Order: sequence, then structure tokens, then C-alpha cells
Amino acid sequence: MIPLIFGITLITFIVIHLAPGSPVEVQTEMSLKVSAQAKENLKKLYGLDKPLHIQYVDWLKRFMKLDFGKSFVDGRKVIDKIIERIPITLTINILSLILIFLVAIPVGILSATRQYSLFDKLSTVFVFVGFSTPTFWLALLLMILFGVNMGILPISGIQSIDVSEMGPFDRLIDWIKHLIMPVGVSAFGGIAGLSRYSRSSMLEVIRQDYIKTAKAKGLPESVVVFRHAFRNALMPIVTILGLSVPGLIGGGVIFETIFAIPGMGQLFYSSTMSRDYPTIMGILVIGAILTLFGNLIADISYAMVDPRVRVRK
Amino acid sequence: MRLLKIIGKRFSRNRLSVIGAVIVLLLITVSLLAPFISPYDPTAIDVYNVLSPPGKSHLLGTDDLGRDLLSRIIWGSRVSLKVGFVAVGIAIMIGIVIGSVAGFYGRRVDAILMRFVDIMLAFPTFFLILAVIAILEPNIFTIMAVIGVTSWMDVARLVRAEFLTLKERDFVDAARAIGINNTRLIFRHILPNALSPVFVAATFGVGGAILIESGLSFLGLGVQPPDPSWGNILTAGKDNIEIAWWLSLYPGLAILITVLSYNLVGEGLRDALDPRLWEAERD
Repeated sequence: MIPLIFGITLITFIVIHLAPGSPVEVQTEMSLKVSAQAKENLKKLYGLDKPLHIQYVDWLKRFMKLDFGKSFVDGRKVIDKIIERIPITLTINILSLILIFLVAIPVGILSATRQYSLFDKLSTVFVFVGFSTPTFWLALLLMILFGVNMGILPISGIQSIDVSEMGPFDRLIDWIKHLIMPVGVSAFGGIAGLSRYSRSSMLEVIRQDYIKTAKAKGLPESVVVFRHAFRNALMPIVTILGLSVPGLIGGGVIFETIFAIPGMGQLFYSSTMSRDYPTIMGILVIGAILTLFGNLIADISYAMVDPRVRVRK
Repeated sequence: MRLLKIIGKRFSRNRLSVIGAVIVLLLITVSLLAPFISPYDPTAIDVYNVLSPPGKSHLLGTDDLGRDLLSRIIWGSRVSLKVGFVAVGIAIMIGIVIGSVAGFYGRRVDAILMRFVDIMLAFPTFFLILAVIAILEPNIFTIMAVIGVTSWMDVARLVRAEFLTLKERDFVDAARAIGINNTRLIFRHILPNALSPVFVAATFGVGGAILIESGLSFLGLGVQPPDPSWGNILTAGKDNIEIAWWLSLYPGLAILITVLSYNLVGEGLRDALDPRLWEAERD
């Protein structure tokens, strides 16, 4: 994992230094009065007068201390800007992971145990449509349906304007109402993917001899499906769940922007628009590290559901 | 030739994939014929017909500048087609080179290249793409290049896996025995045998690239107005969400149908190219 993090920082550094203009020019291009001397001073401040590899080492040293410098936009520390955005992004991601898990796995199991049934065919259609739907379009349609036509769900932000006048219970309801569409939209693609995946994983297991044995000795179907088949089918599913983390975090850029949710994705979008390089670098690195953590959690849960992995170690 | 016939036969057995293939061909025709079949100039502003709903003169209605939506969707299909194919072309070339070198040489080379793949996969794709676009000018060429450069990893893994098994086969030893150099061995002898999963990944990749392009254009980071792309028409849809549902509905449907068709073709190709299912056909 350490070499991976090292690689991530290196790629981030390279990407940002592909920029044709230096950050100094981005900052000073608005004001023509900046003298050459002032530009030199700014360059020194950022260490841009040093050779690239030294710049990288310097940046890496500061990165270890989680110091990504200050934002070009408002001069605040990048790390502060990111940290205040993480909770809402994580909340939405975790909620949608739970939703994906709760919907996709039962759907997958049902389609596998009743292969070629009407339910199986319908869910296959859903999977293909789900794979092919642009999430931002789905968000727009839901906003038109629930927000504009029916008027039952708010279409932007995470709280109403009058939230301060509400009691704690109403506040919770308000919060949930604001999260329903974003969580649903962000989980949508994952539900399609994972239900397909758990279906094929389940089908693979059902064909095994020990399932035949279990059925032959007269165990009820529910026991065979849940105790014998499902636990074995779960392993590849857990891996896929871990792999879907970068997609969820990255997808945040779109749905957080649409629903005006103040998370990391939206911060990334606004930083891109204003070419706020320090913030872009910071989020890129933090996003990738969050992904690695997702993979790590997947590996650990993999060991939890598969005793063989534990034995080998 | 016989092999192609078998593949064709297997592919045509899957009705949905055939429908997908027909729609894909239709879409390619539409985008090629865009100047002749689109009823209006896609960028012609008509201030007297701003946001008019679908009707006789404008089949799918008009946008906030009175431009004909149907014409914009037809011209927008060119963007999707170009981005889809060029981006996937780039991804496949990078993926093939990295995958075959890693699989063929193994050991250190393999370890280093696959670590590189892992690192690239750790970045949330959209973040990486956005970061590059922040630096470069957002336009169709940037988009194609960026999507290509950030989506080759799956192809590389597939090709590597094929190479790992193929390089142990007798024909590789035979080719070595007659003194062929490595470059020729990799690209002329082994690679052609490793291509079928690449074709499948490429077909799915076109759909994926179209989705990413539309998302970027929607955010204003892709194809810039007044040039129409399905994504940037949807931006107008969002801005007029309370009054003009047609601006949100139709371009999205176009994306959905296009991507769905490519995915169906990909699914059909995967089954048709799966050698495990061939044995029964040969008899």
C-alpha cells in the first residue's frame, strides 16, 4: 500500500505540472500590474524556481504533514476545505453502499435461483438499462418528477432554509428528504452492476456438487440457498463492492453538483472551474487514498467471509 | 473465415444483441447523414420560438435560444460517435502495449507495469479526468485524449492475462526456434490470439466513453456550446427544469439508447467469442 500511495502522489504531481502556465501566472493573469519582481517572489514562495524533483520532494514532505498549501480562491488551507467536505460525501457513499447491498444481493439471489423466470428477465432488463443510464440524466428526471411535478422532495442542498426553526425530529426528516434522491442516484449504477454480479456468482455456486448433495439429502431450499450457496457466492461480491468505491467517489462530482450538495465532488468541480491547483492536488490524493482504504476494507471483509484466506496467512 | 462464420452465427442467435447492432449501425448512419437529415440548422437561434414544446414545426421542441432540439440531437450524435471511437482507440492501443509487454516479459517488468495499473485504478476516474481538463482547454479533442488515457487499465489486464497463458504454448516456442525477434513475436504471433477479449472490452468501452463525455459536457467541461452535444443540451435542460421537460428527456434518451445498444452488442460479442462455448459448435 505504501508504494501505491507513493505512486499516487507522483502521478498527481506530474498531472499538475503538465499545466502550460505556472500557478503563478494563473494567480497573476487577472492583474496586469504585477511586476516581474513580484512574480519572482511568488515563484520563490511556491518553490517553483527549484528543479522539478526537488519540488516533488518538498511537496511530498508537506504532504506527509497533510499540508497541501492554500487555496488560490479564498486563501484558506486546502486540507481544512477538504476535511469539512468529507463527512457529507462519506455519509452519502456509505448510505448508497448499504442501499446497493440491500437491493442488489436479494435481486441477484432471486434471479439466480429462478433463472429464466419472469423476475430474472425483468431484472436483466433493469441491469442493462441501469448500466447505460447517465446518472445525471436520471437525477434530472427524478428532480422533474419528485421535485417539480409532485413537489414532495427538495431538489437541492442538504437542508431547508428554515432548518434552524425545526425540532430535532423534523430536522432529521428534513435531512432524510434531502438525501433520498442523491443516495438513490449514486446507488443506481451500483445496484445494476452488483445484482448482475451476484446473480452470476450465485449461478456458479448453485452448479457445484455440494449444493446437489445438500438438496439430495432433503434440506429445505431456503437452507440450501442461504447457508450453503449464498455464503460461498458472497466472496466475489465483497471484492466488487470494494472495487466500486472509486466509481462512487468520482461519480460524486456529478450528482453533488446537480443536487448542490457541499461534498468533495462539488468542491472538486468548483476547483476545476477556477483552476485552483492546490485544492485539485489535495482532493486527487485524498480521493485516491480513500479508494485504497475502500480496497483494504474489502480485503479484510474478504478474509472474514472466506476462511481459506485466513488459513493461508 | 470459418471462424468468422461461427462467430457470426453465434452472435445472431442472441436477438437483443442483433437489435443493438442494428441500432448502432442506424446511429452511425444518422451521424454521417446529419447535414442532410436534420430539419434545421442546429445552431440557428430563433427568438420567436424560445422553449416551444414538441409540436408540428419542431418535433421535439426547441431550447432556450429557440434552436431545434431534434437537429441538435442529430448533430450531437456525431460528438458521441467521435469521442466513443477515438477514446476507445487510444485506450486500446495503450492497454495492448502495456498488457502485452507485461505479460510477455513477466517478472520485474510485469510487477512494475501492473503496479502502475493499480495506481491508475486507485484514482476515482472522474477526478483524474477533471484534473487534466482543469489544466488543458476543455474541448472535444481534450476529452477524447483524456478519456482514452484514463481508461486503458482493463484492456491492459485482459491482454496481460491472455499473454501469460499464450506464451507457454508450442507455437511461441516454434516461432522462437526459427529466430524471430521479440517485437515481431509479441505483435504478429501472440497478440492476434489475445484480441477477442479486447474486442469485447472495446465495445463496452465505447458506451462508457459516451457516458463520460456526456457527463463532462453536462458539467460544462466538455464540448462547448454552441456546438451541440447530448451532454450540453442537458445542461440547458437543467437550467429550464421547471418549464421545459423535453429538454431534459430526449437528449438523455438518446444517450441511454446509444449506450444500451453498444452494451448489448458487447454482451453478444462476449458470448460469441467465448471459446469455452465453441466446442459444441464444431461438430
